[in-house]
Amino acid sequence: MRELNKLTIKEAYEGLRKKEFTSVDLTKACLAQIKKKNKEINAFITVCEDKALAEAKLADEMIQNDKATILTGIPFSVKDSIVTKGVRSTAAAKILDNYIPSFEATVVEKIRKAGGVLIGKTNCDSFGHGASNENSMYGAVKNPFDLNKVSGGSSGGSAASVADHMCFFSIAEDTGGSIRQPASFCGVFGLRPTYGRNSRFGVMPMASSLDVVGPMARTAQDLAIVLSFMSGKDEKDSTSVLSVVDNYEKIVENKIKKDLVVGVPKEYFEIEGINKEIKENILAQIEKLKKEGIKIVEVSLPYTKYAMAVYYILVPSEDSSNMARLDGIRYGMRDKKAKNLDETYSLSKAAGFHEEVKRRILIGTYALSAGYYDAYYKKAQKVRTLIKKDFEKVFEKVDLLITPTSPFPAFSLGEKKDDPMQMYLADVMLSPAAVAGYPALSVPTGFTKSGLPIGTQLIGNKMEEGLLMQIAKNLTE
Amino acid sequence: MLTIEEVRKIAALAKIKLTAQEEERHAKTISAVFEYMKILNEVDTEDIEPTFEVNELKNIWREDKAKKCDYGTELIEQFPQKYAGMLVVPGVFDND
Repeated sequence: MRELNKLTIKEAYEGLRKKEFTSVDLTKACLAQIKKKNKEINAFITVCEDKALAEAKLADEMIQNDKATILTGIPFSVKDSIVTKGVRSTAAAKILDNYIPSFEATVVEKIRKAGGVLIGKTNCDSFGHGASNENSMYGAVKNPFDLNKVSGGSSGGSAASVADHMCFFSIAEDTGGSIRQPASFCGVFGLRPTYGRNSRFGVMPMASSLDVVGPMARTAQDLAIVLSFMSGKDEKDSTSVLSVVDNYEKIVENKIKKDLVVGVPKEYFEIEGINKEIKENILAQIEKLKKEGIKIVEVSLPYTKYAMAVYYILVPSEDSSNMARLDGIRYGMRDKKAKNLDETYSLSKAAGFHEEVKRRILIGTYALSAGYYDAYYKKAQKVRTLIKKDFEKVFEKVDLLITPTSPFPAFSLGEKKDDPMQMYLADVMLSPAAVAGYPALSVPTGFTKSGLPIGTQLIGNKMEEGLLMQIAKNLTE
Repeated sequence: MLTIEEVRKIAALAKIKLTAQEEERHAKTISAVFEYMKILNEVDTEDIEPTFEVNELKNIWREDKAKKCDYGTELIEQFPQKYAGMLVVPGVFDND
């Protein structure tokens, strides 16, 4: 018999419809894989075994009664920094160890309404602060392709849960690369949608002007299916922008237009220390597109090299104010040793936050303080304008950009852990699109000789997620 | 270069208690981060407007109308310390 947990969403949907198996069967297959593998991979912080089986039973009834959607009965995971009603949501931080949200993130609500079965909450860098998943207070996530390597971060648990067939897809969050980088390290598809495409309501904020929520899946088609359920304007998030949602599932199936122009931004290929095998792989993808008759042009985004610095000023700044709400007063952990209000704050934060979270709060507090605001925060926002203009200009000439997702494949556990600056540099190819609010997708396009996945990044014009997924499908077929 | 005293000052503003080792590590690592940020000084930003929101949205208004909240019990359930459905907080003044 086929291994049920390894099917695509589309295959599972067809099997469910033809009554070859039930959602309970699919859910049990995923739970069995979690039981077998999670101890070593550490992809999940919370597994909802009983709840998931109960939801699967309901999904089977929906299918019986012809009320099913294509997601009905499909087990999925959610990054632990996205709140799930009644299911513990820690964001991989001890300060929220016992936090049971009283409400549901809009994107999760949409998937569950469609009949998706929530199988568990995935491990991540605490509040999304990291690029290796080693900044989790629940242990690092290991790479399913090599247990000595990191899964990437911050959505490492989501990437590993999809790559290792513990679920069919995952809902994750990307501030500056947190979906795309682990997707590339673990060999899955990961989409950072346009800023405002999806509702951020219920997504624990890190840097509110950059945070987006997006899907991770094993095929471009699955990604398209999930995105079409997630997207749209939400009155609970006033930065969500468009109610019309493209028919992504159909778009990925369309033939590629022959007059398409793909840009190769030279700055991304000149980055110091870029892995040779990765570079060759991306160049091979470009050749593939050429053979399809697509026009390839070299382009320049001259402000690319400043994106990282902009990112690491804006993010900690917004972070430091967002994190201030976690103070041990209304929910989460309150340090029992505290003797007064001030100590309640300072001791609860001391015990409940990972060192990297503290570092970002400190950087942000400094960058926003009187006397430094203009030199750091405002300066960064101005350079952000120039980075955005780079993209605006280039998208007048090309339909999408192709780059590596990461300059290197998954690195060893512990390799960059004690050097935050080295860790930050992992985002070098990921932060420009994030800072400017453009959609970007990491496509698994091969492996290094040592067997580690390689990701190709496609960056599109605003609201062009459909085109990105269409090209992704084409590259991986 | 960020000194340990400066780290202490920022930590006090952010209300986080740090250990001596943390103060030392943060001084070192944060200094490296700000050193890297200097790269932005190369960019001429004269007459460039800052981008606070990428889609250039302006104020989004909604009617100021009360809505029913149906999860009061769950919220109270999450209080770290409660008494008869009320949130217990530590004293604001030391001599309380």
